[in-house]
Amino acid sequence: MKPVSRLDGWAVSATVTRRGFLAAGLGLLTVYPPNRLTAQSPDSLPGTGPSGRLWDPSRAGRPLPPVTARDNDAAIQAIEKQIHCTCGCNLDVYTCRTTDFTCAISPAMHRDVLALAAQGKTGQEIIDAFVRQHGVAILMAPPKRGFNLAGYFVPSLLILVAGAILGLVLRRWSRVAAAAPATPAPGVAASREELERLRRELDRLSF
Amino acid sequence: MTVLGNLALWTAFLVGGWGALAGLVGGLRARPDLQQSARHAVFAMCGALLVAVFSLEVALFRHDFNVEYVAAYTSRNLPIFYTWSALYAGQKGSLLFWATVLSVFGSLALALTPRRQRELLPYVAGVVSLVAAFFLSVMLFGGANPFQRLPYTPLDGSGLNPQLQNPGMVFHPPMLYLGYISITIPFAFAMAALLSKRLDTDWLVAIRKWTLLSWLFLSIGICLGMWWAYVELGWGGYWAWDPVENASLLPWLTMTAFLHSVMIQEKRGMLKKWNLALIIGSWLLSIFGTFITRSGVISSVHSFTQSNVGYFFLFFLLVAGTASFTLYATRLPLLAADTRLESMVSREASFLFNNLLFVGIAFSVLWGTLFPILSELVQGTKVTVGPPFFNQVNIPLGLALLGLTGIGPLIAWRRASLPNLQRQFAVPVTAGVFTVLVLLLAGMRDGYVLVAIGLGGFVAATIVQEFARGTNARHRQYGEPYPLALGRLIARNRRRYGGYIVHTGIVMLFVAFSGMAFKTETEATLRPGESVSLRSPYGSTYTFTHLGISQYDALNRLVTAAAVEVRRDGKRIGMLNPEKRQHVDSFGRPTFQPSTEPSIMSLLREDLYGVLGGVVNGTEQAVFRFTINPLVWWVWYGGVIVALGGLVVMWPGGGGSPAARRSQAGYAVRLVGEK
Repeated sequence: MKPVSRLDGWAVSATVTRRGFLAAGLGLLTVYPPNRLTAQSPDSLPGTGPSGRLWDPSRAGRPLPPVTARDNDAAIQAIEKQIHCTCGCNLDVYTCRTTDFTCAISPAMHRDVLALAAQGKTGQEIIDAFVRQHGVAILMAPPKRGFNLAGYFVPSLLILVAGAILGLVLRRWSRVAAAAPATPAPGVAASREELERLRRELDRLSF
Repeated sequence: MTVLGNLALWTAFLVGGWGALAGLVGGLRARPDLQQSARHAVFAMCGALLVAVFSLEVALFRHDFNVEYVAAYTSRNLPIFYTWSALYAGQKGSLLFWATVLSVFGSLALALTPRRQRELLPYVAGVVSLVAAFFLSVMLFGGANPFQRLPYTPLDGSGLNPQLQNPGMVFHPPMLYLGYISITIPFAFAMAALLSKRLDTDWLVAIRKWTLLSWLFLSIGICLGMWWAYVELGWGGYWAWDPVENASLLPWLTMTAFLHSVMIQEKRGMLKKWNLALIIGSWLLSIFGTFITRSGVISSVHSFTQSNVGYFFLFFLLVAGTASFTLYATRLPLLAADTRLESMVSREASFLFNNLLFVGIAFSVLWGTLFPILSELVQGTKVTVGPPFFNQVNIPLGLALLGLTGIGPLIAWRRASLPNLQRQFAVPVTAGVFTVLVLLLAGMRDGYVLVAIGLGGFVAATIVQEFARGTNARHRQYGEPYPLALGRLIARNRRRYGGYIVHTGIVMLFVAFSGMAFKTETEATLRPGESVSLRSPYGSTYTFTHLGISQYDALNRLVTAAAVEVRRDGKRIGMLNPEKRQHVDSFGRPTFQPSTEPSIMSLLREDLYGVLGGVVNGTEQAVFRFTINPLVWWVWYGGVIVALGGLVVMWPGGGGSPAARRSQAGYAVRLVGEK
């Protein structure tokens, strides 16, 4: 029987003995050692050995340092989510540094946060230090004081005021409507209750 | 082709200018010759603009890199799909797209409007021509001509921004543009009604479908934009309250308010002033969105390159706003309501509060978007207004609106009696309370999430109750089997039940949004064979094992892809393959910074989102970010349901007069004064 192998979708048929195949393989190995056969050094097996070198590391973007436990610290992340990255991305430092891997500013700001935390500063003290250095624009949301209070409360206050006015106007209209005498349509031989029931049923059916 | 394109632009501009003059003068002076000329001008402008688009597409596909726009947004190795979409990828091309689509919509409006509304059409032609001529003037005089040539011819173009090379970006911008642009048609009819003083309900009938169309395009465009941001930008979310995102939401909110309040005008002859103001406001907000996107006045990752085009839009916005509202003010005496509200407890009243919330949220979004500028003016400091601000202000308002989505359909028109309210509210309120209790028992303690999902349960029960009662009524009346009764119920009253389908999608969206409160993520550096685990909010443990990295060449990019095996509670469920991409031109030269391509496994309960940040020391040891995003699937399918509901509402036919509908339902009656 002819052994059939499939390479890249093309069926290749050949008669090869097992001994011949092994000999050819050994011969190839002597001419092309394994590190010349592969484009990249051999992959490490799960959980063992060093990781292989990429064929072209420049394609993979800027080299990154390994992530440390501090990078994943929830307290550090919470602080960074309140600080605005100044690279122009409109994102917070944490989101930017874990999204835009070409940004050099958010990793630097992250290092500043880590350094301040290492000095024993609390979250608020770290944020205050950033505000002192960059101004309030460094915060993802303006502090609730002075004119900024208008930012937070003007929409809600206006809606409440408009809602109250609307409620009063509707109440007045409904009182006027209730005071007006009900005039049954001419020629309708139905009681007030029957008409009301009919109206309710019609309202249910129309939209 | 640039000669033809320039010629077409100038022709369209001149014809558009004439169309504006002829339409407005012809309408005011009742000159049929000028009216006819204005109508023809819109058709001619449309033809000229289609020629201009054809010329630009030919230049794009021929790789005519002597044309500055072609060189800036395409390259020889850009896939055909994206070469086509480069038409609206840049500032100049998108302005041409805007003007062209407007002229197409204008032509359709003129051709399809019924004869009885013909009096309005000269003004419609005039307004459409005026707006299109403005866009053409920006191209011709504002340095935004897409046919501008370079003094040299580059060997290859710069290529399209990698983040725009995504199917979402092929469909998202045109959908959004279609939404923005088609608002001009209802606005033109509103202006026509004001100018002609024909302020009966005719103009409303003429524009309702256009407004729905515009709302539908905007809804689809916004959802596609969210999807694109999620699958392409790599930050693991879909809405960041970016000024450009906000700009698309503003007219959507006011148009949704209009689509509710217009029912009150149709049924009760009320809210005429309010509805006109909403249409004018929606259109101005669409121009405001265009101004925000193109001026650079507020920083945004989505905006076009900063240019002086923004000043044109600011000027246009101010002039158009002043002119529209001045005209509106002069016609206020003609816009008195036919009837007045009879009860606080009526559907009309609930719609009014619903409108208050829609417009209130629109104001709050606009306020937050402009607050950095206001702050700079008042305090001299430009503050940042990010998601924490918007969430704090808008989440309570959004939840109140969700509540009204359920309350509105349960209250009768004109006046609801107490027994009626008890009968209507019993099941939905029980469902809402039951949902909250189940969540509390399951350990949920987040207040907003409890309210959101509880209200979701209430609204869903309202919708189910409405469908069930209608279907049962048909089943009893005509003996139809339940599926047939349901189908006919929807088909015979598409507007009402299509609206409920939209509400179903909205409930899905709100519940899905609340899922993001439980987003879980971790960063990890993994060698091949190493794993990191992440616990989902549902209690499962996901294990991500890095298997290795491969590098290969694709059509216009060099790819570095990681293979990550995913296991849930030890059982293998699939692979994630996040990538880093280095885009190159046809000579292999890098065109942009390396970009990140997330890999997403979308499950019914949650999404697993993997990002390859980069590698350590050029080895396969890689930095990853893994995120578990609960309920994201429901955002996309909620959006689909909203769009389907919108289509049902828009689908022609199926209505008939209210008397005919009542007759079908077994009521052989006709109300006094009803035709």
